[in-house]
Order: sequence, then structure tokens, then C-alpha cells
Amino acid sequence: MNIDDIKKEFPIFDNKIHNNDLVYLDSANSSQKPKIVLDRIYDFYSKEFSNVGRSVHYLAVAATNLYENTRVSVQKYINAQDKNEIVFTKGATEAINLIANTFGQKYLDEGDEVLITELEHHSNYVPWHFLRKSKNIKIEFAEINDDGEITLEAIKTKITDKTKIICITHLSNVTGAILPIKEIVNLAHSKGIPVLVDGCQGAPHLKLDMQDLGCDFYAISGHKMYGPTGIGVLYAKKKWLEDLPPYQGGGGMIREVKKKGISYGDLPNKYEAGTMATAQVIAFNESIKFMETIGIENIEKHEKELLDYAIDVLGKNNSINIVGNPKNKGGVISFTIEGIHPHDIATILDEDGVAIRAGHHCCQILHDKLGLPATARASFGVYNTKEDIDQLNASLNNCKKIFNLK
Amino acid sequence: MNLKELYQEIILDHGKNPRNLRKTDNYNKDAKGHNPLCGDNVHVFLKLDENKKVDDISFEGSGCAISMASASIMTDLVRGKEEAEVKEIVTDFLDMIKEKDDLNSKLLNDDEKTKLMCLSGVKQYPMRVKCATLSWHTLTSAIDNSQEVINTES
Repeated sequence: MNIDDIKKEFPIFDNKIHNNDLVYLDSANSSQKPKIVLDRIYDFYSKEFSNVGRSVHYLAVAATNLYENTRVSVQKYINAQDKNEIVFTKGATEAINLIANTFGQKYLDEGDEVLITELEHHSNYVPWHFLRKSKNIKIEFAEINDDGEITLEAIKTKITDKTKIICITHLSNVTGAILPIKEIVNLAHSKGIPVLVDGCQGAPHLKLDMQDLGCDFYAISGHKMYGPTGIGVLYAKKKWLEDLPPYQGGGGMIREVKKKGISYGDLPNKYEAGTMATAQVIAFNESIKFMETIGIENIEKHEKELLDYAIDVLGKNNSINIVGNPKNKGGVISFTIEGIHPHDIATILDEDGVAIRAGHHCCQILHDKLGLPATARASFGVYNTKEDIDQLNASLNNCKKIFNLK
Repeated sequence: MNLKELYQEIILDHGKNPRNLRKTDNYNKDAKGHNPLCGDNVHVFLKLDENKKVDDISFEGSGCAISMASASIMTDLVRGKEEAEVKEIVTDFLDMIKEKDDLNSKLLNDDEKTKLMCLSGVKQYPMRVKCATLSWHTLTSAIDNSQEVINTES
């Protein structure tokens, strides 16, 4: 795999940022898009556009087929058993909200517990908080260890006979910790508890096999997988999608509508009300093809090499403190520099064309636990190189120089 | 863009060693400010005397160099000024940081103006303007909102 060739597929890198080459280290936030994805959106709108699933004219049938092709591609990509276990949403956030809403409605009552972790992104906490407000449920937090990991044991100690669902991230967007999902699922299922996995950081970087992983729900963000914004995927076991009530009501999700009553459509239509992000779904198929062409194993290997290199380079830079030290870690490095606030770091790096994120990364619970108001974060994608990390380190040294640090 | 203009020596100095970073004893006005986007927090404490003059001003909080320096310089400049004057200085500062090229303030001497002008570089960094203005908005809120406290004190 030649990274230079892969990078050439991303038009964004043709641009200069403050007269410098772009060093994009913010892929955990959102990834850049290859040309085939961008072209697909343009081609669809210019040559093939129609709404899907409704009309019988030529364009409508063709567009519906394209839309459904992505569903099959996603099913194969994550090895789901049935294509109807793939529900398109506007993002991973909506996927989690969908489950919190419908599962909460049917299965959660006062005093029931939802077990999440201290690593969770706000999108896997706030939707459950709504239920804490409306239904008086409890939210329990599995605690991180000193390395910023969540162990099987940490989950185990928080499970009670009131635990109704366990909702965990696959890969932390702050510490990079990869959770032992399969073990957690086995444990949970042995107690009859379903598991939802926030796969925002998992899906772009790890090989996925839903049948092997065994989780009940898996939320995916399209724009972090080299795809367009406005598209996400909820994977849910068929038994759940058949069992849970619909989420949003509207066109496309119904079977029969009468003044007296309404019956709902079959899967997956039941959960896809209204006109969906058609062009984005169709273009997302190209993102999956892009990742399949490179091969997720190759992406994993490349990002692991980058991570090891970055930990080595930044680790030798004596002012930099890397947050967390998980044994099983994805391509995310959060760090602080004693004496320089992360926002100042981000502004100074930006001047060199180095794009990182600074702040709490939508994980205030974790930052409170770590006693840090904010961290700086570099995260990798398939287009990053060791030169990018060298530039990051050089720009961090420039920060230190500006702040008169040694 | 010019980083040197943003991170001038005086900003770095105030950012690293903020003046008045403490809590005023017997303060009679205060307000909290929060920047939810970056998690910066500031809590401004004011002690006004019977003539509504700033007897003491201080702040607590954490944030980037720009926000800490801005709060530090602000607290240095408004001590001894009357409440109405403080509000005028806040307006002058906000005008300068948002739109005007120069700092027009009849209440500050040239030295004080020079200090405040050090923050004008932030104009070139739209995402960072709120870092510089947070403590100033919080000061306004402290003056406007705690009328009752001042009454009890006087």
C-alpha cells in the first residue's frame, strides 16, 4: 500500500493552509473525503437523482436500487447476518438516540440502570440522560483504570440485577483504548443484558464482524469513514428491530394509515421515516469500496505503525504528557504540555497547517475524572504519514519556543 | 496572520502569572462565565465601595493564555474606576476587539491603552475572540446582576 498514492485520492490535500501543506490530524473528529465519494454525490444529483422507495418511474427505481446497494455493502462490510439489520440514520448520534428512545420506551422503568463508561462520548451519555429525566432511571459509570482503559472487570463490578442495557464505546476518542467488546458482550448476555456499542471510532479503524462480536446494537458514523456527513448506520439484531417500537413517524415507514389506526412497514423501512440522505447513502457505498480496496487490515496496520511512531517521537519530547496508556490502543493521541493550554497549542499548530483538536472532545466526564479541563488531540487516518508526525513534533517545539519553555 | 502579534511577551507574562487570580474578601458582586465550547471557566469578584468605585477586583478560573491574560489585564485596569466607568471601558475594549482598529477610551491613560492593545491581535483569529472577551462579559454581568447585594452592603 502506497500512502502517497492514497493521499492523492483526497483533493483536500491539494490546498495550502496558511501557505503550508495540510497535516490533517483530526480524523477522529471527521475524516477527509476521497474524490470518488465526492464525484458520486455530484454524479447522482446530476444524472440519476430521484427520491427512493416511492415512485415507479425509471429514475426512482434506479435510485432505490443504488440506495439499497449501500445497505448490502454495509451488511457485508460489518458481516451482519441480514441486510435488514442495517438502518440508515443521520449519524451515529441518531443511531444511539434511536435505541435510547425505543428501548427506553419499551424496557426501561424507574430505578432501572443503564451502564455506560467514563470514556463515553456525550452522544452515548446524553440520550440516556433524557431517560434519567423522563423515567427516573439510573446511569452507572464503569470506571477507567490508570491507563485510561475499561476492563472487563470494571464492567463486571457495576452490573446489578437492575442493569437493563450496557452501552460502551468500541474505541475511546480520547485515550484510544479499545474495549474488550466480545468479552463484555459474553458477560452481559450471560446475565441477559443487551449491549450497545458506540462504533464511531471503531468502524473507521478496526475490522468489524457483527456476528463474531455478538453485540445487539452498533452505531456507525459515515463521515468518520471517509464518507459524507449526514449519514450514519445503526446495526441492530433483527429480533430487536422487530420488537422495538418505531422511532420517528412519517412517510416511508408505514404500511397502512387509516383514521382509526396505523400499521408500520417492514424492516428496515420501519426505522427510516421521511426522505433519507439519499445522495450521501449512495456515496457512502464508495467510502466502503475505498476502504475495502485498501483493506481494513492494511489500514489497521498502517495506523498502528503511525501510532507507535508518534508515541515514540512525542514520548521523547520531554514536555509532552500523553493521556492514557492503554495496551490495546487505536490511532488517537491526547496530550498536554505543562504551561501551554491546548487551545493555544491548536492555534499555533494551525499556523503551520497542522490541524489537531483541542478541548474536551465531547468527553467532559472523562476530563473531569482526569482532572484536565482540556487536552490536545492528534488522530490518524489512512492518509497520514510519519512525516506528518515529524511536522507535528516540530510544530509542538515551536509552541514551546513561543511560550519560552525548554 | 501573525502569531507573534497574538502571543506577545505581555500576553505570555499575564497568561503565565495572572494578576488578581484569587478571591476578593467581602466581595459584593460576582458573576460566573463559561465557554462551553472549550471548557474555559471564569468567576469574577468585585468589591465596590460606597461611591461605587472598584475597591478590589479578582478572578478565579482556568483557560488558555489569551483568556487568562485578558482577565488579568482587565482586573488591573478597572481597579479604582467607578462602576459606570468600568462599563464604558468594557464597551471600549469590546469595540476594539471586535471591529475598530484602535482603542478609543478617554478613561485609560496611554500605558493602559498600550497594555490592552496587546490583545488586539486576537482579531485575526475569530475562533479565539471569545477567549479574550469571556472575562469582560462576565464583569458586565457581575455589575448588572447583583444590585441586591450592593444594597445590602450599603
